[in-house]
Parts: sequence; structure tokens; C-alpha cells
Amino acid sequence: MSTQTVETATFSDELLKFIETWKDKRGNIIMIMHRIQQEFGFLPWDAMAHMAKLIDVPLAKIYGVATFYHYFKLEKPGRNKVAVCMGTACYLKGARDLIDELSNLLDVGVDETTEDGEFTVESVRCVGCCGLAPVVMVGDDVYGKIGPDGLPEILAKHRSAGTEGA
Amino acid sequence: MAYSSYCLVCGGTGCESSKADLIYRELRRVAEERGVDNDVQIVKTGCFGFCEKGPIVKILPDESFYVEVKPEDATELIDEHVIKGRTVKRLMIKDKERKKHLETEDDISFYQKQVRVVLRNCGIINPEDITEYIAREGYAALEKVLFTMSDDDVIAELKASGLRGRGGAGFPTWMKWKFTKDIKHTAEEVFVVCNADEGDPGAYMDRSTLEGDPHSVMEAMTIAGYTCGAHKGYIYIRAEYPLAIKRLQTAMAQAREYGLLGDDILGSGFNFDIEIRLGAGAFVCGEETALLASIEGERGTPRPRPPFPAVKGLWGMPTVINNVETWANIPMIILRGGEWFAKIGTDGSKGTKVFALTGKINNSGLIEVPMGTTLREIIYDIGGGIPKKKQFKAVQTGGPSGGVITAEHLDTPMDFDNLTKLGSMMGSGGMIVMDEDDCIVDVTKFYLEFSVEESCGKCAPCRIGTRKMFDILERITSGKGEMEDIDRLEAIAVSMQKASLCGLGQTAANPVLSTLKYFRQEYLEHIENKRCPSGVCKDLVRYEIDAEKCIGCTVCARRCPVNCIAGERKTVHIIDQDACIKCGQCYDACKFDAVRIA
Amino acid sequence: MAKMTLEELRKLRDEKRLELNRRKVDEKTIEVIVSMGTSGIAAGAKETLQAFIDELNQHGITNAVIRQSGSLGLDHAEPTIEIHMKGMPDTIYGSVTPAVVTEIVDRHILKKELVDKHVFDRPAPDIIKE
Ligand SMILES: Cc1cc2nc3c(=O)[nH]c(=O)nc-3n(C[C@H](O)[C@H](O)[C@H](O)COP(=O)(O)O)c2cc1C
Repeated sequence: MSTQTVETATFSDELLKFIETWKDKRGNIIMIMHRIQQEFGFLPWDAMAHMAKLIDVPLAKIYGVATFYHYFKLEKPGRNKVAVCMGTACYLKGARDLIDELSNLLDVGVDETTEDGEFTVESVRCVGCCGLAPVVMVGDDVYGKIGPDGLPEILAKHRSAGTEGA
Repeated sequence: MAYSSYCLVCGGTGCESSKADLIYRELRRVAEERGVDNDVQIVKTGCFGFCEKGPIVKILPDESFYVEVKPEDATELIDEHVIKGRTVKRLMIKDKERKKHLETEDDISFYQKQVRVVLRNCGIINPEDITEYIAREGYAALEKVLFTMSDDDVIAELKASGLRGRGGAGFPTWMKWKFTKDIKHTAEEVFVVCNADEGDPGAYMDRSTLEGDPHSVMEAMTIAGYTCGAHKGYIYIRAEYPLAIKRLQTAMAQAREYGLLGDDILGSGFNFDIEIRLGAGAFVCGEETALLASIEGERGTPRPRPPFPAVKGLWGMPTVINNVETWANIPMIILRGGEWFAKIGTDGSKGTKVFALTGKINNSGLIEVPMGTTLREIIYDIGGGIPKKKQFKAVQTGGPSGGVITAEHLDTPMDFDNLTKLGSMMGSGGMIVMDEDDCIVDVTKFYLEFSVEESCGKCAPCRIGTRKMFDILERITSGKGEMEDIDRLEAIAVSMQKASLCGLGQTAANPVLSTLKYFRQEYLEHIENKRCPSGVCKDLVRYEIDAEKCIGCTVCARRCPVNCIAGERKTVHIIDQDACIKCGQCYDACKFDAVRIA
Repeated sequence: MAKMTLEELRKLRDEKRLELNRRKVDEKTIEVIVSMGTSGIAAGAKETLQAFIDELNQHGITNAVIRQSGSLGLDHAEPTIEIHMKGMPDTIYGSVTPAVVTEIVDRHILKKELVDKHVFDRPAPDIIKE
């Protein structure tokens, strides 16, 4: 596996404080990992090692948990997360075509990041907007009832300035 | 009971004020008098959006639309239209006027058939203001329990209510509570857990309940704490539900401030508090023993049962675990009494059920109806039917653990037992409507793909079985299926049901078995004739242009992403089959039905 | 707010219930409830809420309360809102974009007529009130 690192796995004061309050609670590992992922956008190798030391748990255990749950990411994601809902309603209404078109447009597969670090494509389970199916989320923005034709415009909207046409 | 026609009386805001109710009662009276009340079902519906011509009465299946109906007209409508099948011209609207309103006329009752117990506060109170919950009898059940009821009283009330778990299995709630209550004095500690992992990819009632009415769940958990001797509760919720998490946090902070959580609640001497634990995107963690492992901070793999969590759960201690919807029912049961609750629903399934109605349906959304409501009522009266006049094919319930229900069973009352009898299950309440354009084999493959990804891998029958079944379905949908594949699917299914460790593996084959039972012919089409009747399986589809129908408008050729459609303007077009990627865009684009699936 | 005793909880419940009921019958009060669940927000409920605030301000309507609540369940017609006011039936409107808000304020609230195109339904029966 690739071992991405943050240059210095420095934890912010808030993160350290969070760990302090959770340190002695039972079953705290997952909650702390959520908080770390919130800070870095993924779980950098160094950060997991640092966490292991702070709460005195073997790194192997943390790694075991990290790999079990889909929500935890071990690789740095792109600046924009493009999540295609693959709930049943969205599937019936053409979510698969959206995924195909995205990999066509961005030249990446599911769970991969574009070379310029701009987009990561993900397929997610029901985001609970079935009335709007099919649904694509970019970051926190939800786009409902869209077809493959609508994707280029959405991507263009989120592409950071300066990388146009990249 | 099957009705041959339906008479819909608009109960919308506009019509109601102009005597709709009287008309409704008159129609019923006359129907009964004429002895046709078993043939025609008379229902009050929501607004048809045509208020200026109200009151409106609509008769199905022929969709006659009567306007400005008066109570006196009821006799004529029943005698002429329902009995003799002749429309009453004088009450019908002129076509021209009507067309103008066609768009809105399609709206149909969404709320009036619903009975909202679980969702009683959703859409009514501000979930971020505890006083609004309190104003609507909030925390009155807790008050009653703390000051006037013993643990046995609470359990007796639950038993009288007949409440069964809404998380899928339908286990009687009172029994679980009793198991734990009976051993509470010997246990070092007892826990209460709310299962808000909601993993079925077509269900979101739990999220909606927590977003709209978080206190109802917290109040119920506190009641369970008092009854079963717990002082600590956990809500295990998906990290993918940020709004629900935020509203829960706000609600918990307010409850603590008001002394409704924490030490010495309302001066009763009883202590109870709740903590949120986040899931991390693993479907199997909805299974109770896996969920408990996850709260403990472990990989979320299930444990063998027995021992059941009620006896040996979180950190080995007795644990009461219920689903969000189950919890949300409890304050009302305590306040109104078990008997009140038991009046709603069917013999074996009491109360209401919340369904997430989605897929090929006009009014998709969350609905709450009494147990025993028929699928027909749900799909046609509340859901407003199938869009674009397509043919209804089936409804999927129970998600990856469930199966399909077909047209012939539309009139079956929906409850735990009937669904199981039909080879599906209640599950968490996802209800996905499919029409003629959906391929049953493809949808089954979708669920199996889900189960392959979500199998935790701990036991072999599930880990290997789901993968093997998926591979076979993949073969069938790509035109490489063989007749033996059907037997193989059935053999694997049986061994998975028998040998898997947890519910995931035991039920993962249900979508296959159920669709094989009702749609075997469609499987055979794929295997023997290498044909996908609904045109979904791309490898089996061939698009052709009907020379009789094509007028040479060039729309399809312009839409084709690989430019494989040739033909001059006003001449018949032809698809180059070798270059065709079967994207189906020409099929969707043609306005003359000239592109067809061969 | 300090921790409550049983008596205080009961008192609060009665007071608050009166306040909520008064809103319903009070000639002067108009109540607009915007449904703000995940799918409502995804469909633009925040813009709808803002549009109501702006529109009511613009018309100088000061006797209206705008509240938010969880989802009404009506996903395909989000954003949805519910209006209670004297002289008009309780009404649920669907697909309420900012443009529709303008129309609702103008017609439903000021002229007391239903905006037919967007009327979805009446609210479901309320078991708490029965
Ligand atoms: C694979 C699998 C997934 C499950 N997912 C959920 C779920 O998402 N939510 C839920 O409440 N119950 C789920 N259950 C059911 C739980 O194991 C358990 O029966 C339920 O939490 C008990 O609560 P109840 O009695 O209130 O239904 C699942 C079960 C299995 C086997």
C-alpha cells in the first residue's frame, strides 16, 4: 500500500484537546480517527502512528480498523470529492451511466484522484435524497435529477480557477 | 379484496370547504345502498390542484374527471358511471379547459392516508428547540414512567402494544426489554443502544426521524434506561448523516440543560446520559452484534448469537438495542397506552410503518401508514402511480436482504408476516418501485454487488457465496449464462442461508431466490435467447431503426456519441452495429418510436 | 436555564402549548414552516427560507413567524412549506422556489387566495391534537 504522509503530522490544539477528552473513554479509537480524518481529509500514516502513541494502542490495531471501514481514507483525496449516489433509486435512474461518464471525462476510476489533484470520484451509498435521483454530490453541493450531459458543467463549476482545461 | 373501480373525492383545501366531505359520505352511502361498496372504493384524496372548479370527483380506471359536483349528484354518479359504466356528461369538464390544468391534476393524496405516530413531530416542530417538543407532549411519557410506573408496568404496556422491532427482524420489543430487566440486578452495568446505522441503500426514515424529532428517540432511550437499569445510552449513527448528528448534539445539550438527561432527572433520583458514536460506512455494522463491536472500537464483525445482546452485549454487559423507528414509537405507547397502539395495524403487526417510497413513482418520499395497508394504496393512492404511464413491474422491499412483490400481490396487506410469506421482508422499510424498463436480473445483480462489497469476510459461506452468485449474475447479464447457472444459484443460496454467521449472509441470497420465483422467465430469456427484454443489459441489447417509422429527422444521428448512425435527412437511418456502444441515447432521443430494442 | 423539576416541566409545557396554539388562532399571526431535512436543503430550502424573510420584510409584514422543521417526507416536491393563518386553510405548498415565495406572499398571505399550482396537500391528521 502507498504510505502517504503529511510532512509533519502535527496535530492542531483542538485535535489534541479532543484526544485528551476521549483518551480514557472506552471504545474511543473510531471517534478519534474520525476527528483526525476531519483535520487532514484522510488518515495519513504518520498521524495514525502519532495517535497510537498518544492513546497507547498498537498501530496494527488502528490500521486494522482503518482498513475495515469504507469511510476511512488512507490516500489523500482530490480538492473536490465527486460522489455519485449508488442507492437503489439512483441506480435504477441511471447512476451507473454517471459513473461511466465521469471516468470518461476525468480519466479516473472509482476511488481514484485525477492527476492534477482536482477531483476524486467516489460511489456512495444512498445519500437519502431519493426523490431527486439520480444524485451527484460535489463537496457539500447536491445536484439532483441529472444526466451524463449535465456533468461537464458541474465539473467546470468546481474546478479551481487557473486549472481550466487542464 | 379487489375493487374494480376507484372513486376519488378531492379532499384538498379548496374542495373541502365546498362540501367535499358531504359528497364523499353521500357516495359511500349510495354505493352501500346499491350493494356495490365492494366493487368501488371511495377515497378522499389530496388536492387535484384544480380548486376553482371544485369540488372534484375522479373515477378510475378510466380517469373521468367531474367538476363542481354537488352532494345531490352522488346517486347519479354511482348509478350511471359505476354501475352502468356510462359517464355523466353534464358534470364533465370541457377538454380545452382541462388540458390547461393537466400538470397539477396529477397530484394526489400524499398525507391523508397516512397515520403519523413515528413522524408525529416531523415537519411540525423545530427540532432545534426543546420547548417545542415539550409543548407537544414531549417528555410527558418519561414523566409518567419515572413517577408513576414500575419497570414491570412499562414492560406490560409494551407487551399490550404488540410493538415489534422496526430494524428488520420484527422481534417483539417487550421481550428484549424483559430479558435485560430480569438480570439487571446481577449485572455490573447495563446499556441502552439506538441503532441509527441505516444501511439499506434505499431507506432514510431513521435519518429523517432524527433530523425532525431527535428528542423522541432520546426520551424513549431514557425510559428503557429506567426500566432495564441502565445509566448510559449510545446512539450509533452513520457518519454520512451530518445534519442528523448535529441536531442530535443540539438536542442532547438542551436536554442536559433542562435536566432531562444527566443526574437526578426531574428530581427523580434517576441518572441517565447518552453519547453519540459514529459509524464509518460499513453496512454490516447495522447488524446488532457487529454494531456493538464497532462501538467498542473494533472492526465491525458480527459474533455468533446466542448469547443475545439483551443478555451479553456491549463489553459483555446486558444491552437493550433497538432501531430508531422502534424508539420513536415508545413515548406514544406509554402516553396513550398499549391498547391504543394495538388498535392500529393487523393481528400480528401492530402500529404503523414508515416507508421510503422511491424509484419509478410519482410522489416519492417518506410515508407512514398503518400496518396492513395494501401496496396498491401505497403506490396508487399515496404514491400517485408510475410516471409516464409505464407498466408497473414489481416493488422491492427489504433492500439487499429482501425480495420483490409483483402485480398479482398488490392487494396483500403489508405486514411482517405477509411480506415474509411472499419471500420478501419488511426490512427497514425501503420500497423501490420498478417499471417495465427495469431489468430484474440487473437489479438482482446490483444487490449482490452490494453484498459482495459489504460482506465482512469473517465467515466463508457469505464471503465466497456472495462473490460466486455475483459472478454468475454477471455472466448471465453479459450473455454468457448457461442453464446450469440457475441450479447453481439455488444451491449456493441454500447453503448461505443455512451456514452464514449473521443475518447479512443468511439473507443475501433473498433477492436471487425471490426474483427466480417470480421472474424465472426473464432469467431464461437472458440465458437461452441472450436477450434482455427491458433493454438494460447492454451486452444483450441491439438497437435497430424501424424503416417504417423513421422519418429521417436526424435527431438520433446527431445524438449518437460515436457517430455510428448513418442516413440523409428525410431518409431512413441505419445503425452500424459493429461501432454501436449501446448507450441507448438514440432510443431515448427518437420521438417516433422508430428506434427499438431488437 | 437551570435543571427543571417536575412541576417546572409541566408549567413550561402548558405555557408553550398555549403560545403555539395562540399562534394558530391569533388573527394577527401568520406562521410559515419551512421543511429543512437533508433533501429539503439539497433542493434549496435555505434559499426558500431566505426568500420568505426578504419578501415579508419587503411588504412590511411583521406579524409572521417563520419556523424551520424537519422533513415532511415529500421528497419529490421539495422544498416544501406549510402555512397557517386565520381565514385560510392550513396548506402545504411544494416546489417552493424563491419565485414561488413571491407568489405565495402576494396571493396566499396578502390576497388570501390559494396558489393552486403549488398546493400539494393539507397536513396529515395530527395524533397529538386528537
Ligand atoms: C446485515 C444486517 C444489517 C442490519 N442493518 C440494520 C440497520 O441498518 N438498522 C437497524 O435498525 N437494524 C439493522 N439490522 C437489524 C439489527 O441487527 C437488529 O435486529 C435491530 O437493531 C434490533 O432493533 P429492533 O428490535 O428495534 O428492530 C440489521 C441486521 C442485519 C443482519
